[in-house]
Amino acid sequence: MSTILTLPDQSTATLPKVSYLSKEYGLKSWLLTGDHKRIAMLYLISITFFFFIGGAMAGLIRLELLTPPSDLLAADTYNKVFTAHGIIMVFLFLVPSVPATIGNFVIPIMVGAKDLAFPKINLLSWYLYVAAGCMVIAALVSGGVDTGWTFTTPLSTHYLNTHVITAGLAVFIAGFSSIFTGLNFIVTIHRMRAPGMTWFRLPLFVWSHYAASILMVLGTPVLAITLVLVVLERTIGIGVFDPTKGGDPLLFQHLFWFYSHPAVYIMILPGMGVISEVISTFSRKRVFGYTAVAFSSVAIAVFGFFVWAHHMFIMGISNYSALVFSLLTMLVAVPSAIKIFNWSATLYKGSITFETPMLYAFGFIGLFTIGGLTGVFLGSMGMDIHLTETYFIVAHFHFVMVGGMLMAYLSGVHFWWPKMTGRMYPEGISKLAAVITFVGFILTFFPQFLLGYLGMPRRYAAYPPEFQVLNVFSSAGASVLGVGYLLPLLYLTWSLKYGKIAGPNPWQATGLEWQIQSPPLTENFVETPIVTHEAYDYEWLESKKDHEVPTVG
Amino acid sequence: MDSHTIAAQTAEAGHIEHEHPPFLRHHFATVEQQRETATFGMWLFLLTEIMFFGGLFCAYLIYRNWYYPAFVDGSHSLHIWAGTLNTTILIVSSFTMAMGVHASETRMRKALVGWCIATIILGCGFLCVKAYEWHDEWVEHHVPGLNFSPEGFMRVNPAYPADAPLQRDMAEKTQVYFSLYFAMTGMHALHMIIGVSLLALLTIRAWGGAYTSGHVAPVENFGLYWHFVDIVWIFLFPLLYLISRHQ
Amino acid sequence: MHFISPVLWQFLIKWLTFFAIFPPEASTIAPYADALYFFLVLISVVGLVAVAILVITFSIRYRKDRNPVATQIEGSTLLEATWTIIPLILFMICFVWGALLYFRIYSPPTNAMNVYVVGKQWMWKVEHPGGQHEINSLHIPINRPIQITLISQDVFHSFSIPAFRVKREAIPGRYNTEWFEATTPGTYHLFCTQYCGTLHSQMIGEVVAMTEEDYEAWAASSTSGNSLAQNGERLFASLGCNSCHNSGPNAHGPNLANVYGSHLQLKDGSFVTVDDAFLRDTILNPTMHEIAGFAPIMPTYQGQVSEEGLIDLVEYIRRLDSQYRIDQTIDNSAGQPIQTGAAPPGTSSPTLAPGTVKQ
Repeated sequence: MSTILTLPDQSTATLPKVSYLSKEYGLKSWLLTGDHKRIAMLYLISITFFFFIGGAMAGLIRLELLTPPSDLLAADTYNKVFTAHGIIMVFLFLVPSVPATIGNFVIPIMVGAKDLAFPKINLLSWYLYVAAGCMVIAALVSGGVDTGWTFTTPLSTHYLNTHVITAGLAVFIAGFSSIFTGLNFIVTIHRMRAPGMTWFRLPLFVWSHYAASILMVLGTPVLAITLVLVVLERTIGIGVFDPTKGGDPLLFQHLFWFYSHPAVYIMILPGMGVISEVISTFSRKRVFGYTAVAFSSVAIAVFGFFVWAHHMFIMGISNYSALVFSLLTMLVAVPSAIKIFNWSATLYKGSITFETPMLYAFGFIGLFTIGGLTGVFLGSMGMDIHLTETYFIVAHFHFVMVGGMLMAYLSGVHFWWPKMTGRMYPEGISKLAAVITFVGFILTFFPQFLLGYLGMPRRYAAYPPEFQVLNVFSSAGASVLGVGYLLPLLYLTWSLKYGKIAGPNPWQATGLEWQIQSPPLTENFVETPIVTHEAYDYEWLESKKDHEVPTVG
Repeated sequence: MDSHTIAAQTAEAGHIEHEHPPFLRHHFATVEQQRETATFGMWLFLLTEIMFFGGLFCAYLIYRNWYYPAFVDGSHSLHIWAGTLNTTILIVSSFTMAMGVHASETRMRKALVGWCIATIILGCGFLCVKAYEWHDEWVEHHVPGLNFSPEGFMRVNPAYPADAPLQRDMAEKTQVYFSLYFAMTGMHALHMIIGVSLLALLTIRAWGGAYTSGHVAPVENFGLYWHFVDIVWIFLFPLLYLISRHQ
Repeated sequence: MHFISPVLWQFLIKWLTFFAIFPPEASTIAPYADALYFFLVLISVVGLVAVAILVITFSIRYRKDRNPVATQIEGSTLLEATWTIIPLILFMICFVWGALLYFRIYSPPTNAMNVYVVGKQWMWKVEHPGGQHEINSLHIPINRPIQITLISQDVFHSFSIPAFRVKREAIPGRYNTEWFEATTPGTYHLFCTQYCGTLHSQMIGEVVAMTEEDYEAWAASSTSGNSLAQNGERLFASLGCNSCHNSGPNAHGPNLANVYGSHLQLKDGSFVTVDDAFLRDTILNPTMHEIAGFAPIMPTYQGQVSEEGLIDLVEYIRRLDSQYRIDQTIDNSAGQPIQTGAAPPGTSSPTLAPGTVKQ
C-alpha cells in the first residue's frame, strides 16, 4: 500500500542540534518554562498518567459487571470506582486532552506566532491541572468519593460521608485550568496571527479550538460556582439546594448541566479539529466546504449553550420547556452532521493513503456518526423517557467520547508526533493498535445500546441475570480495548529513542507547523512568516518543495 | 477582513538589535501588541467572572420570586448604613484606582504609589465593614446552617413596624435569603481580598518604578479588575439591601 | 452434544435461557415508543450506511495508487444545503414524533386509578388508595390506566418500568406523576435508575400486572384494613385541621369538601387548580398559597408529618365531598376500598371528583 510518508535519508539524518527540547536541560527548565511546546509535553505526560488511572477504574467496572451479583466489589466500592472513572476521564482527560497537549503545541505555530499570548498563565494552567489531579488522587486514596461525576444533590450534600468536598474542589481547580487555557487560545487567535494570516486562512484546527475555547471560558465558571455552593451546603449547611430549607434540588441540576452540556462540546470540538487536519493531509486536498466546517464549529458552540435541560426531561420540568430544549437539541445535531458529510466529501477525488492517523480518523467518522445519531434518539423527548438513565446513555456518550474524541486524540498524537519529538512512531504496530482499538470498542459498547433498551440502569453493581450475556460481550471487548490503548503507550515511548528521524514535513502537509524543523525551535520561527497562501493550499506546497526548510544547528 | 496585522520583524544581518523596552516580552512584536493583548485577556477574564457570579444571580432571581416576603424581611434586617458606606467606599476606591492608572500613564511614580495605597486602604475599609456586618449576622442568628434561627422574623421588626411578622414557614425561607447573602457577599469579599493582595504587590513594584516608564498595562488591567469588582457590588447592594425599602 | 464440555454447555444453556435482547411490550404506550425507536434505528442505519458507502468507495476509488493527483475542490453550496436540510428535516420528524410521544406519556387520562409511591434509600413504598401497602412491588390490574404519584423522601430516585417504557424522577419536595396502562399480565422489572447511594442497584422490584379479577382478589386480601383516605381522616383530626377547616359558619379556613379539582382564587387574584401538588405544598408552606377571603393564619406542618402522612391527607381531601361521611358510615363491609367508578355494594355511587393532576 503506498504512503505519503517522506522521510529524510536515515543513514545521514539527525535531529536538529538546537530545538525546544535541547535548548535547556534540567528539571527547573521544564517546571518553570514559558514555552508552549514544553508545557504541551508536560500536559502529555500528566494526561496520559491520569488516563491510565481512569482506565484502570473502567477495567474494574467491566470486571465486576461480568457477573450479575455484586461479587467482585462491594456496592460502596463499585460506586466509588465509577465515580473516579467519570471524574478522571471527564475533567482530567477528555476536557484537556487535545487542547492542552496538541492545541498548546500547535496553535501558536499554526497562527504564525512565537508563543501563546500569556505563557505564564499557560504554565499556571498546567500547575492547576496537576493540583486538581493530586486532589483527586488524595480523595481516592483517603477513601474515595461516591457521588457519581454529576454530584447530584441532595445525595452529595446531605446523604454521603465520603470525600465530596475534596473531589468538588479538585474539579473546581481543574475548571480554572480549563478557563485559562481557553482564554489563552482566544486571545492568541485574535491578536497574534502573523501578517497575512486572515481568519479564513486559519487551519480548521484553530477554528474548532476557538469555538471550544468560547465554551470553556463562558461555561466553566458556572460549574465553578455550582460546586462552591455544593461545598458550602455540605460544610456550613446553607440550604440553596435543600427542599427542607426552601431550596430546590432542581436548581442544582439546571446550574450543573448549564456547564456540563457545553462541556461535551468542549470535549469533542478540538477532536473534530484534528480530524479536519488529518483527513485533509491524507487525501492531499483542501477540506471540502472550509467555510461550512468553520462556521459549524461556532454554531455548535453557540447552540450548545441552549440545550442543557435535555438531561432533565424526566425530572419534572414542564412539558413545554422540554419541548423547547428538544427542538434546540435537534438543531445542534445538524452542524455535526454537516461536518461528517464535509469530511466524507473531502475524500472525493483525493489521493488517499492510510497511515495510522488516517485510520483513527476513519474510526472517528464511523463511531462518531453512530454516537451522534444515538444522540438524536435521546433528544427525541418521548424516546428519552425510556432510554435515559440506562446503558443506552452510557453507550451513547462512550461512542462520541471514546469512539469519537479518544480516537481523534490518538489520531492527533500520531499525526503531530514527528513534529513534537522529531521522530516517527513505528507504522506497522500502530496500524495494528488502531484496528484493535476499533474492534475492541465496538465489542465493548455496542451491546450496551441493547442493554439500554432492555432497561438496564446505569451505575448498577448488580443486575438481573438476563442481562449477563450482553455484559460479558462488553467486558470481553473492554479487554481488547485495553490492549489497543496500551500499545501506543509502549511504542510511542520506544520511538523516542529508536524511532526514525522524521524531518520537518514527513506527511507533506500544508500548515505553518510543517514548514519548520522537527522538533521546532523554542521561538518556533527563525523569522516571522508572512502568509500569502490559503489554508490547505497543496499547490503552494508543491511550488515550495524546492526550498530548504531553515534548520538551526 | 481586518487581520490585525502587526509590523513584521525583518531579520537584517542576523539577530535584531534589542531596541525595545525591557518589559516587552519576546513573543510580542511591539509594545502596542502586548498592551492590547493583555487588555483583551483581562476583558475576557472579566467575562468569565460575570458568568461566575451569574449562577448566584440566577439563584437569587428564582428564590426572590418564590419567597418575596422572606426576602423583604431579610433585607430589612441588614444595616443599610453599612451597605451605603461600603458602596461609597468602593466608588471612591474606583476613583482612586482610576487616578492611579492616570498617574501610571503620565509617569508620576509617587502619585501612582499614593493612589494605589489609597485604594488599598479603602479596600481594607470595605472588608472591615463587611466583617462587622457578618459578625452582626452571627450575633443575630442569621447565619444559615451554623446558627440560623427564624424566630426574629416571626416578631415585629422595630425598624420596620409596617412589616407584618412572618409565619413560621415563610420565616424559615429567610434562611435561603441569607444563604444567598453570604454566598454573594462572600464571593465578592474573596475577590476583594485577592484584589487588595494583588494591588499590594503592584504597589511595591510601582515604588520601584516598574509602571512609570511606559509599562502601563498591568496597572490598567488591574484597574479593570477593580472596577469590575466594584460593579458587582453595585449590583449586590440594591439586590440585597434595598428590597422594598421605600417606607 | 457430548463433545462439548458439560460445564460449558451448562453456561450456554443458562445464558441462552436468560438472554434477552428486547424488552416485552406490556403497556399501551410501548408499541408507540417502539415504533419511534425503529424509525430512529432506521434513519440511523440509513445515515450510517450512507456515510460508510461514501467513505469506503472514495477510499478505494481515490486511493493514492489509483489517483495519484488530488483535485482541489473548494466546496459546493448546493451540497451543503442538501446535507443540511435533509438531516434537519429528518431530525424535525424525530422531534415532532418524540414530542407527541412525550405528551402522551406524561399526560394522564382523567379516569386513571391513582397509586402513590414514595422512594427512599433504598426501597420503593407503594400505597394503594384502598390501603394496600407494598414494598418494592406494584400490583396493578391490566387494561386500566394507572397514575403513579411519585415523591422521594430523601434523594433523587427514578421509578422505571422498562416493559411499559415509562420512567419518572422521584424528587424530594415535590410530586411527579407518570401513568401507564398495562396490557399483558405478567411480572416486570421495576428499577431505580437515578444513582442514589450505596444500595442503588438493590432498589429494584417487580410490577405485577394482573387481570381485573385477580387484582380484586389481591386487593381484598392485601389491604391493611384502612384506606389511605381513612388514615388521612384520622390524621386530619389529630393534627387539628378540622378546627379551622370545617363547614361551620365562622370557619377560619376554607371548607375542603369538593375542593379537589376546583379552582380557587388566591389573594393576589390569580386562580389555581387544586391538585395533589397544591395540597401538599399548602400543608407545608401555607404562606405561599394564601387564599382570597381568608386570614393567613394557617400554620406550617413541615416536620410534623411524613411523606406518607401527606399522601394520606391528600387522599382524604381528594375523596372528601358532602357524601363522604355518609359513605363512610354505610360502607363498612369487607374493607372494600372506595374505587373510582366501582361502587361498593349497598351504597349509592359516590360522586367523586378525582381530578387531573397538573404537573
